[in-house]
Amino acid sequence: MNRTIITTDTPVTTLELAIPEQPLHTLSVLVNNQPGVLARIAQVFARRGYNIESLVVSPAADGRFSRMTIGARGEESGLDQIKAQCNKLIDVIHCYDHTSDDIVSKELALVKISVGPDRRAEALQIGEHYGCKTLDLSQDSLILMVTGDSGKLDAMIDMMSDFGIIELVRTGKVVMTRGSGTT
Amino acid sequence: MIAEARDGAQTLLKCLEAGGIEYMFGYSGGAALPIFDALETAGTKIKFVLARHEQGAVHMADGYARATGRPAAVLVTSGPGAGNTITGIMTAHMDSIPMVVISGQQVTWMLGKDAFQEADIFGITMPIVKHSYLVKNTDDIPRITKEALHIATTGRPGPVLIDMPKNISQGVCNAPLEAEIDLPGYHPDVAYDVNEAEVIAIADAINRSKRPVILAGHGAMLAHAGPELKELAETCQIPVTSTLLGKGIFPESHELSLGMLGMHGTAYANKAICEADLIMSVGSRFDDRIIGQADKFGRNATIIHIDIDPAEIGKMIKPDLQAIGDAKVILTALNKHVTRLQTKDWLAHLDGYKKRFPLNYKKQGGLKMQHILDVMDQLTKSRAVVCTDVGQHQMWAAQFCKTEAPWDWISSGGAGTMGFGFPAAIGAQLGRPDDIVVAVVGDGGFQMTLFELSTAVLQKTPVKILILNNHFLGMVRQWQELFFDNRKSGVDLEGNPDFVKLAEAYGAKGFQIKRPADIEKVLTRALEYNDGPCVINCEVVQEDNVFPMIPAGAALEDMIIEKPKYRMEKPVGST
Ligand SMILES: Cc1ncc(C[n+]2csc(CCOP(=O)(O)OP(=O)(O)O)c2C)c(N)n1
Repeated sequence: MNRTIITTDTPVTTLELAIPEQPLHTLSVLVNNQPGVLARIAQVFARRGYNIESLVVSPAADGRFSRMTIGARGEESGLDQIKAQCNKLIDVIHCYDHTSDDIVSKELALVKISVGPDRRAEALQIGEHYGCKTLDLSQDSLILMVTGDSGKLDAMIDMMSDFGIIELVRTGKVVMTRGSGTT
Repeated sequence: MIAEARDGAQTLLKCLEAGGIEYMFGYSGGAALPIFDALETAGTKIKFVLARHEQGAVHMADGYARATGRPAAVLVTSGPGAGNTITGIMTAHMDSIPMVVISGQQVTWMLGKDAFQEADIFGITMPIVKHSYLVKNTDDIPRITKEALHIATTGRPGPVLIDMPKNISQGVCNAPLEAEIDLPGYHPDVAYDVNEAEVIAIADAINRSKRPVILAGHGAMLAHAGPELKELAETCQIPVTSTLLGKGIFPESHELSLGMLGMHGTAYANKAICEADLIMSVGSRFDDRIIGQADKFGRNATIIHIDIDPAEIGKMIKPDLQAIGDAKVILTALNKHVTRLQTKDWLAHLDGYKKRFPLNYKKQGGLKMQHILDVMDQLTKSRAVVCTDVGQHQMWAAQFCKTEAPWDWISSGGAGTMGFGFPAAIGAQLGRPDDIVVAVVGDGGFQMTLFELSTAVLQKTPVKILILNNHFLGMVRQWQELFFDNRKSGVDLEGNPDFVKLAEAYGAKGFQIKRPADIEKVLTRALEYNDGPCVINCEVVQEDNVFPMIPAGAALEDMIIEKPKYRMEKPVGST
């Protein structure tokens, strides 16, 4: 499968992925807002050879706590162990895997593309299709902001790669369960 | 209420004392000076024991906890002092041993600047502690100390580190000594809520089983579940095997006891597991050294896992039934629903194995470790507290020293830490001054922490140090003989000191056993010697092998009873 690698600041490349992709899991971890907590969680993943694909840390509604939303791929059994080990940490209030839950999921990306006056209108038109906001405009570049689910961001970035992506910053996704479910 | 003027260090000691700490083992240094000074000024009843190395101090606290069920504290300085505790903390963590380790630290404004003896011990120890603190505010000390003791001793116990910058321990503490615990993510009390449905499902499975086995682990010990386990085994007539750390939770002289299972366990315990139709683990974590090849373990059995730690369920073995919680509480509930089983034939069958594959050794052909341990066991009527080091002597001690009561067997299981046995025995003896404490050590491991002879002499702890001296790193040599064509590499302990003279140089008593005929006579004298530690150097045969043996990573069925004639494959498992 050819896949566009979109997580670096280097120019977009394509590369052959050797292993079939394992499903992406989204964990939501509510933690004490304290130094060292992120390191403890990161160690739980690293020790077992799991890579954290995306990570969003932000204050929770209750100021004593922080929310971490973690995207990671890997074997189910290994992730179950990771969840259990995260839950065991004293600083973790809870750790939920929302992969199969009814959730809303959103991500934001800033995309700086290389575009001069000749193709600017075309780029803006594509951007409009994805509901992008134009944050910056210069002679030969453009910064667009796109929000939505991760698939939409992937598609937008794919389209923009045609112009040449100079820089890309994605927040990583944040999720919330619908209705009365707890995130 | 206005708090009396006290500094952070005095506050720390007062809080530790209020939390039940009796002993503190450690080693001094600059960053810990205020705390050492507080030992003199705070009027504390905590007894401080100066070790000769920080690793020794941690193992002493560990041995104390394993012998008494109560935690001790460790106090060390920053940088190298804290660094020397790593092996000890890891050993305690692997075996779920409660302790509180306090490390002095650079002053807060120098943190991260590579200041003198600054080491990020909070970061370094993260994967080997149950929890840790870097104290940034003197007024937090009462709360943090209380939390640390609470965390160390509840749920699945473990070591907790408190890194204490010098300006914090030196600062004035205005907070009252009595503080509230604030741990919104920690709920050890749920372990005492019994899920009745789970228990009934387990009881049903037991009541239907024909060839059940109970596998008792350290968790049963930590939960003080001995009486409930015995009631279950006796009511249902179920045989009991234990892990290395479970030794003593069920008396090994009991007719239902199968002894220890696993890599060097009894043949009958391993065979029982292979043939069982139900295996119920109580507080074991299905360690790789007891299950061997995981996908072949208990293939034909209903597997039940009772554990306090949800993360252990399904980690190694996926159980058919489970109960998460305190073993004592769960077994109490279970005992209400089980009945006497018709296991006569099964027990008779296992007795056949006991007769066919007994633990034995030849008394001729030189001085054997097994023989010495066997006689020691008889002379102490299996009531000594046996602390082992790691190696062949450890496995033979596990086989030949019958453990009759909980807390009488002390050994580094998960970490397999050489150098553990002797300092752990000092801690055990301080915690149990009226009991006979024997440190069973190899000539290799003893030399890793032998300098604690000073500590033992000064503390007048009458630990009996039984050195089973084969002049080799015996267990490694055994693997080289069996799996590496007997090529001996890095195992010859040429240059060993004269251990008797060494003991005398430290002011301890030295004994020597050279022939089988000496064993009883010398051991009797050594066991009676109570004026301080004694060393019994036993010049045992150099090349002997521990059997039964399940090569690492092999299935329990592949156990070997004696050295095979054929050349063995290198094991797939690590150790
Ligand atoms: C600190 C440490 N280093 C290395 C090992 C690996 N190891 C396991 S057993 C063993 C040999 C132990 O030799 P000795 O203490 O003489 O006991 P014996 O096996 O001869 O009874 C070694 C080196 C270990 N377990 N711990």
